[in-house]
Amino acid sequence: MLNRRRLLTGTAATAATLGAGSLLGSVSAFAKTVTLPFENGERPMAKYPQKRPLILQTSRPPQLETPFSVYNEGVITPNDAFFVRYHLADIPLEIDPAKFTIEVKGKVDKPLKLSLADLKKMPAKEIVAVTQCSGNSRGFSTPRVAGGQSGNGAMGNARWKGVPLKTVLEKAGVQSGAKQVVFGGLDGPVSDKTPDFAKALDLDHARDGEVMLAYSMNGENLPMLNGFPVRLVVPGYYGTYWVKHLNEITVIDSVYDNFWMKTAYRIPDNDCNCVEPGTAPKATVPINRFTVRSFITNVQDGAKVKAGETRLKGIAFDGGKGIKEVVVSIDGGKTWLPTKLGKNLGNYSFREWHTTVKLPAGAHELKVRATSNDGKTQPMQALWNPAGYLRNVVETVRVTAA
Amino acid sequence: MKATMRLAAAALTLAAGMGLTAMAQAKPLKITLPDETAAFKPGTNRDVVMNNCTACHSSDYIQTQPRGPKFKKDFWTAEVNKMIKVYGAPIEEGDIPKIVEYLTENY
Repeated sequence: MLNRRRLLTGTAATAATLGAGSLLGSVSAFAKTVTLPFENGERPMAKYPQKRPLILQTSRPPQLETPFSVYNEGVITPNDAFFVRYHLADIPLEIDPAKFTIEVKGKVDKPLKLSLADLKKMPAKEIVAVTQCSGNSRGFSTPRVAGGQSGNGAMGNARWKGVPLKTVLEKAGVQSGAKQVVFGGLDGPVSDKTPDFAKALDLDHARDGEVMLAYSMNGENLPMLNGFPVRLVVPGYYGTYWVKHLNEITVIDSVYDNFWMKTAYRIPDNDCNCVEPGTAPKATVPINRFTVRSFITNVQDGAKVKAGETRLKGIAFDGGKGIKEVVVSIDGGKTWLPTKLGKNLGNYSFREWHTTVKLPAGAHELKVRATSNDGKTQPMQALWNPAGYLRNVVETVRVTAA
Repeated sequence: MKATMRLAAAALTLAAGMGLTAMAQAKPLKITLPDETAAFKPGTNRDVVMNNCTACHSSDYIQTQPRGPKFKKDFWTAEVNKMIKVYGAPIEEGDIPKIVEYLTENY
């Protein structure tokens, strides 16, 4: 795979070796910084290819966070504002889609090598779905934990178009005894001693008809940094499974146990998927579906608003059951008021909500809480786990009305 | 090889012109990343850190980590060990304390 990757693509590592960095890129946007609302939260804004200026978490491998104001622009996150997260620095910088292929192999009757054109000839499906980094909001974890220190902007909602994985697996013919499907992409480690990034799904999940090989995002090709030309879409599941630059699909008859499944991306194996802050869980399972979350998007923490009627709006989402209701509180959570839900774009999408509240002069703690169709809701106190995953505490926005 | 690729590209363009719209989008995509601007802070053993860490990641991986008394020697020792044991960083035994010291002092 490594050889093939090098043949097909230019890579960050190659660019670094050649010292090509000095010839490249716009740096003007680096002048500006933002401060995420936690300790050591200052970050530069940076302009990356096919992107508007985004919050630069790390530059190599690139991790870019969406400024939170973007979520107030609309329920769909524009491609040029969509967050970026890579694990390993040897990322593809040049891909010729005419030469790009996806191998389907392992426990299948008929191994396949699909070109992008092959894929586009197969019946397509569309889905609006959120992808969210497992470590979204990790910077708010208390006590703090190591890892990418994101604010709330490592999430995005897009209309994905592509071919159900089920169709591809049927074409290859899954053999009896198969247990999981493993996904690999063109991005990989700089050192061959570093575990290559690959993720696995159980076979039943892989062929549920919803997991998809997406070649279109909001009606356009995927931006390179979001997985051009094809990425896996796993609706309702954390972004770690949404393998970018997807080029290898391997059906196996065991449970995949590489570093990225067996050691990393694990959550406590109990009802709350949480532990007492600062302690270690007894047992863990691979991270899976999103917890239910909601945000106020049109009023920022610390804002001054006019006393009287104030419109509030925002977004809510969960792991795929859909949003039943969103309520808001203007008194710090003592009482709750209903809101109106916006257009339903499907159970995997952000769901808009809005309402108008009356704020007397003075300081107020605004809170928002969503409940999903299976009755799950958000905790008033943040739950904790050692990796800082699954954050879904009821969010608070402090405002002063005058 | 390159000539063959150009030929193939020409054939593709032709095919696209003939109305194969699925193929019309199949243009090569090449991006150029901006320069890295983050840098390790000046300090003792900065060179050791540069030699051991920067092959795989930029310095902002360190710069952005939590600060405070709980994120000192033990924290950085665990991180350096993780880089060696989990990610296979080829760090010599003798460099470990130097790296930990630099990180503890400067971050």
